[in-house]
Amino acid sequence: MSQFEFKNIDPPFWVAWHQAKASIRVRFLRMAITTIGIALGIAFFCSMQTLSFAEATVKTGGGSQRLWLVSTSLVMCLVGVTNSMLMSVGERYREIGTIKCLGASDGFVVKVFFLEALLLGVIGAAIGSFLGSFLMAAVVARMGMPIPIGTVFATFGVGVAIGSGLTVLSAIAPAIQAARMPAAAALRVEI
Amino acid sequence: MSEVVVRTMDVAKRYGEGEAQVIALNGVSCEIFKGEYLSIMGPSGSGKSTFFNMIGGLDKPSDGSVFVNSVDLAQLTPRELAFLRCHTIGYIFQTFNLITVRTALENVTLPMLFAGKTPDEAEERGMELLNLVGLGHRYHHRPSELSGGQQQRVAIARSLANSPAIILADEPTGNLDLKTGQEIIDLLRMLNMERGVTIISATHDHKMLDVSDRIFHIRDGKLADVEVREVLTTS
Repeated sequence: MSQFEFKNIDPPFWVAWHQAKASIRVRFLRMAITTIGIALGIAFFCSMQTLSFAEATVKTGGGSQRLWLVSTSLVMCLVGVTNSMLMSVGERYREIGTIKCLGASDGFVVKVFFLEALLLGVIGAAIGSFLGSFLMAAVVARMGMPIPIGTVFATFGVGVAIGSGLTVLSAIAPAIQAARMPAAAALRVEI
Repeated sequence: MSEVVVRTMDVAKRYGEGEAQVIALNGVSCEIFKGEYLSIMGPSGSGKSTFFNMIGGLDKPSDGSVFVNSVDLAQLTPRELAFLRCHTIGYIFQTFNLITVRTALENVTLPMLFAGKTPDEAEERGMELLNLVGLGHRYHHRPSELSGGQQQRVAIARSLANSPAIILADEPTGNLDLKTGQEIIDLLRMLNMERGVTIISATHDHKMLDVSDRIFHIRDGKLADVEVREVLTTS
């Protein structure tokens, strides 16, 4: 009993996965708003893509201004997600402290936050990409500028990838902050 | 009751630098024995919470050392500390701190999953512990569907999950009414007597003090007084 055998076991992946899902479920409204934010950003991105493909079939000419607009919207989207996740870390100090008291490693906490971000990112980006690529393609097709279906699917794929990637990127700062949260935070009492 | 579970040697904790430095603990040495029921008392600002955090592996001392089960906490990496918290220490909080989105059973099994148990093993032991605290029939309820006293019972079951060497209880009755508080105290005392669980609690509650084997009084960052009580045998 005197000497300790330190085996560094991390719980199986599904434990973190369940925790992430549960966290999203309990904050459904806020998470939904964040997801809508992601979806709108990606929808804008995809619709701009679609529009430029459509115009390319009619006339030639690039749109560097458009590129600017799109990147700005994506950065805004990223900042928004980072902000809302940072706030949620601040609110969850007790929960994070408690699971650390129960034996969660910093790595586990980081994993939960990234999984949450990934889940939101994939859902938001999928919705946004769908609207931006398929819906926009339908609209421009009615305007007489049909786009090959392969291109539409490609735009959708790129949108989902970029959206999920950006959301995970924006989770870096919140996840680090959560990992640094001391376990003693669990003992804090609201005054 | 001779085996030492926790030993502190000249533990000091200082916060801040220079003029603004605050000395929260100023050389506390003590031994806590296996199977004892210990209460830590002290006015707010006395260093009680700091001391409590030290023996719980939640904070590291500026000077001196803390040994839990002969392991020097200062030598541990964060990961090893997490491991120690998982296996050796059970925590009970004033605010219960159950994971709100998980059922009672999931709350109890979580530390066991951290410890590497399989879900089946964890569930079986989880049910056993919930039965022990008298909540076996409510295993599928969420914390929000349980009363304060019931939540604290689940928290007690959770703290026992990995059969820890010590259980740290921070004002476990602080958020409960008199009657439920008494039930929690009885439960802790029962676990202490029948299962030999070592319980260390920070408290102001006099009912809690009545069942303690020893009481540490902390004042101005020092261990001012150790009160030894005769074991009260009620059963």
